[in-house]
Amino acid sequence: MSEPIVLQPDETFILNVGPQHPATHGVLRVKMTMDGEYIYNAETVIGYIHRMHEKMAENRTYPQYLPNLSRLDYLSAMAYCHGYVLAVEKAAAVEVPERAEYIRAITVEMNRISSHLVWFGAFVMDLGGFSPLMYAFDDREQILDLLEAVTGSRLTYCYFRFGGLYNDVDDDFIEGTRRFVKRMRKSLKMYHKLVTTNVILMKRLMGIGPVSAEMCQRYGATGPVARGSGINYDVRRNEPYSVYPEFDFDIPVYNEGDSYARYKVRMEEMEQSLRIIEQGLDKLPDGPINPEKKPKTIKLPPGDYYTAVEAGRGSFGIRIVSNGDKSPYRLKLRSPTYSNMHLFDEACRGMLIADALAFMGSLDLVIPEMDR
Amino acid sequence: MFRYFNDIFSGLWSLFIGLGITFQEFFKPKITIHYPHQSIKMTARYRGHIELIPGEEGQPLCVVCGMCEKACPSNCISIGGEKPEGSKKKVLTSYRLDFTTCSLCGSCVDSCNFGAIRFSKEYNLASTRKEDFHFDLLKRLEESKQ
Repeated sequence: MSEPIVLQPDETFILNVGPQHPATHGVLRVKMTMDGEYIYNAETVIGYIHRMHEKMAENRTYPQYLPNLSRLDYLSAMAYCHGYVLAVEKAAAVEVPERAEYIRAITVEMNRISSHLVWFGAFVMDLGGFSPLMYAFDDREQILDLLEAVTGSRLTYCYFRFGGLYNDVDDDFIEGTRRFVKRMRKSLKMYHKLVTTNVILMKRLMGIGPVSAEMCQRYGATGPVARGSGINYDVRRNEPYSVYPEFDFDIPVYNEGDSYARYKVRMEEMEQSLRIIEQGLDKLPDGPINPEKKPKTIKLPPGDYYTAVEAGRGSFGIRIVSNGDKSPYRLKLRSPTYSNMHLFDEACRGMLIADALAFMGSLDLVIPEMDR
Repeated sequence: MFRYFNDIFSGLWSLFIGLGITFQEFFKPKITIHYPHQSIKMTARYRGHIELIPGEEGQPLCVVCGMCEKACPSNCISIGGEKPEGSKKKVLTSYRLDFTTCSLCGSCVDSCNFGAIRFSKEYNLASTRKEDFHFDLLKRLEESKQ
């Protein structure tokens, strides 16, 4: 038998987390230099699921690139597709009927709730509580059923088209959504009772992984991560797009900057999304969902275009450089988790490894989206 | 001292709340389905792989314009047609779909101006062989006629 390894007082060792590890929720690798149970230094390594989405855009026409957008962030695919169609519509000056805009906003918000529900379930599971995951997935199933009946697909929707939508919503969807809003309000109360006020959760999250507003700005973090650190920034409010100015909703902001603040921001965002859905259903106008005059081939005039939307995880930006061709000359995707993840390296120094994994969960990482 | 007992008490209390919520689940209806024995009906708009729509006499409505072929982002459709002598229109001779690369985006169905293709409701697709996903849709249409 060999001698057990005894570390010298100032000696560190390297711990490799991932690329296949349940806590990283995807193929993310973290090279941690450990001082006992404490993290001395951490280095995130990405690139295991790189699929060249940006390069693919250069070899496809604009409509042919639509299915790719759903494959970036498979949990809130709608918002990403929304960003792309908005960018192309703005550049090609395609008009969108009002009904289509409202349906877009409703479906995007539903998708945001379903995305946050997956995060909620998985995050609490990371901390050791299994049953909230089941409850969250039960509610999520209702959203997926509603969206499946409309779009025909459960995750990779590809529902938006330039100037409109793939198909219209029916009365069943509207009634079902109203029922869902009521049900979700009840469920949220239950989640708060079961999880938010739970002592174990509070002890695991409060004061863990503090991220300052200055640090968020330095790394370009957006979304619930930035809003949990006191930065009042939401693309829907700061750079309004689509029909969002018509809705009355609040942006939850917390100043603590710890994991619990990020948790609370996301939980409140779900409530706000419910408000937007309700208002959208009330205001939903009749009319066509596709413009009467639709250009046969989409060609953008030469130039440089940028549009940002608020996706489930933060600000998703899309920059298209066109030379007047049928496909873009260059397409750059600015994905929110790519910036949010890089906080981890700096913020987790000196943390216990168990806390670091809880902190990682609170960042809500989706690996295929940062690796693109 | 007070904090210590307060922690114990609130810890126990949240444990009971959690147990209470879980206990209520016993009285809720079952929503899961035993899949191979039971299955659910797909919604009307479910997007399975595409199929040809039969005309009145069961013939394909396709006029071999090639729009679906061009619209497909992953080049998974390849169609063939020929002009029989004395006829003005082309007739479809083969419609092949490589389902291994299809992402079910619906560009082909959108692009079809003749209403010749639609999504099927097929979802029981599993195989270990790649060739099983190379569909001959014309053959499929003829088989469905019988």
